[in-house]
Amino acid sequence: MRAAFERRRHLLDFAVRSLARRPTRNLGLILVYGLVVFLVGSVMLWGSAVRREASAILAGGPEITAQAMVMGRHDLTVDADVALLKGLRGVRRVEPRLWGYLWDSAGAANYTLMVPSTAATDLAVAKGEAIVGEGVARARRLAPGKMLFLVSPSGRFLKTRVKAVLPAESALVSADLVLVEESDFRAFFELPDGVWTDVALTVANPSEVGTISGKAALKLPHHRFVTRADMSRSAEALFSWREGLTLALLAGALVAFAILAFDRASGLSAEERREIGILKAIGWETGDVIASKLFEGALISLTAFLLGVLAAWVHVFLFSAGLFEPVLKGWATLYPRFPLSPRIDALEIATLGMLTVVPFMAAILVPVWRTASADPDAVMR
Amino acid sequence: MRLRSRRRGSTLVAVWFALLFAGGAAVVGATVIGDDGAARRARTAGLVEALALSDPALFTEARYTRNPSLADLASAFQDGPASLDHFPTGSLVVAPRRFPGGRLEASEN
Amino acid sequence: MITLEAVTKTFAQGRHDRVDAVRSVDLDVADGRVTVLRGPSGSGKTTLLTLIGCLARPTSGRIRIDGETVSGLPERFLTETRRRTFGFVFQKFNLIRGLSALDNVVLPAFPLGVPSRTLSDRAMRLLDRFGLADRAGLPAEHLSGGEAQRVAIARALINDPAVIIADEPTASLDGDRVAQFLAIAEDLKRSGKTVLITSHDPRITEASLVDALVTMADGRIVEVAG
Repeated sequence: MRAAFERRRHLLDFAVRSLARRPTRNLGLILVYGLVVFLVGSVMLWGSAVRREASAILAGGPEITAQAMVMGRHDLTVDADVALLKGLRGVRRVEPRLWGYLWDSAGAANYTLMVPSTAATDLAVAKGEAIVGEGVARARRLAPGKMLFLVSPSGRFLKTRVKAVLPAESALVSADLVLVEESDFRAFFELPDGVWTDVALTVANPSEVGTISGKAALKLPHHRFVTRADMSRSAEALFSWREGLTLALLAGALVAFAILAFDRASGLSAEERREIGILKAIGWETGDVIASKLFEGALISLTAFLLGVLAAWVHVFLFSAGLFEPVLKGWATLYPRFPLSPRIDALEIATLGMLTVVPFMAAILVPVWRTASADPDAVMR
Repeated sequence: MRLRSRRRGSTLVAVWFALLFAGGAAVVGATVIGDDGAARRARTAGLVEALALSDPALFTEARYTRNPSLADLASAFQDGPASLDHFPTGSLVVAPRRFPGGRLEASEN
Repeated sequence: MITLEAVTKTFAQGRHDRVDAVRSVDLDVADGRVTVLRGPSGSGKTTLLTLIGCLARPTSGRIRIDGETVSGLPERFLTETRRRTFGFVFQKFNLIRGLSALDNVVLPAFPLGVPSRTLSDRAMRLLDRFGLADRAGLPAEHLSGGEAQRVAIARALINDPAVIIADEPTASLDGDRVAQFLAIAEDLKRSGKTVLITSHDPRITEASLVDALVTMADGRIVEVAG
């Protein structure tokens, strides 16, 4: 028992000394390896944190949203439809909404123009006023009191004074919002009175959402009804594990190639093969040699893994995944900067370990095993 | 003897990993204790409720990436989960699993 | 007592490229004596040494150590026998670069699980015996040829084996170091070790401590003297 422990400890000592004998190579390996863990880990941590954040926040969204459909396309809802919806039993509140997209050539970004609900008193805007999201304020360098000019697709101007900027902490859902008054909105988009973008419904009993949307679909066959469950499903689909994995593998594949090339270039050198032969000749078993080499690999792996995870954690939660911003932005120029609540999920860390540590250890094992299981007589010559 | 006092490699390893773990735990611990985000999420959820928002503002390049849950049935992502999209975001956002009203069935997983 | 019966070793790189390095050799190596294998380069003496030392297995024939057949043992037991029975001093010493003299000496004992303190005490005593106590901390590549050989001998002795095998021990040494090696060999013989040496150096083959002189040529034993 004691001898078995001492034996392992000796092998570990030897592994550490072997690592120390090739400091540049091993430090380089730890750096590249740590970088892989960092990239893959950042994607995983970021994805799950955003999913968690989005589904928690969007739990407050409308229970049912009614959209008019014409020829499979989204159309405007008219007052008569709103009245029909109001007549539905079990519906507590019917809120026709006005919102739309605007390409702003000055800011080179898409905004979501919206008329705040009359019920939201603290977000109320008077004619000629606007409340903007964090991203819009950043893109146009706005602050309360400054002027915001918008140009509609048909060339109409909207001149507003910024009343307030929405809190940056809510940027995940509000970065691109521009809240304006209803008559400003209608005039700007040349929208007649009595039409709406869609209708948000609040039901009296949340467990009846399915029944009510079914009944509503019968009454308004040219509308579709999106429930909150549908919405949270699409929020969960954001960066679902499969998509995260795609991105992770893409990044991972590139850097894994780098590691492979790096290791091929400096791999199991003649020197290392000779050493394995010497160790065998002086009485080490194949298993001892492999164990010592695996210790070496495990030390590199664990160090790189811990450093990588730590760096990914700091990157995602302290720097809001800043390095991913250009990638995730895609074609969009307005990318929200939002804080994420740090959390460590054991399953995620384990998955990350499986993705990085296991292949690396396997890559070490094979050549060492092949060298170590041959007869050691070559060292005599 | 000079050599005997030298520390063993296994001891160095233990010290090194203890330091790494301690550093990690310190960073993790500090932020977890400092902010659990519940109050912040509650405020933002209030904003979502007030404005009846439906989707995160992550991808603003097109209306079906800005509001995937309210996008037209005929727009991108809705044809099939594996359909290729013009925007890079297309690789990150999938179509809703189940379409409202059961008019389309996308089978994924 | 090590006994070889009709031992043959063939290296086959390809179908038409076969080399019979050792051909049907019969030999007895007596315990507690100094045996020297001599012969020109390529006569098969180093190959024979690797077969005796369990570093390789014979293609055919049988090797017995104290009556126990080892030539057919699986790898694991072969290593065990090698560790228990033999200490090797290689021609180029084969110390591991980057490790200190002391670290090199203790290496063969690692798989045995001897506590570190005991091990370094034992190694220091061996280094001291060969006048290397002040060299213990020096990396192997900074040692002179004679020092490296004595470190290699100390390494061969760390597990206290019964047989010491030295392959061309004087090939990498200058003149006055040869006498030093012979003194160590004498010392080992006095302490009851079996010593097996290959050499074509007359200063070794004609030394007075040699008990048996085995001459090889072209893979065969041509003469056994003494």
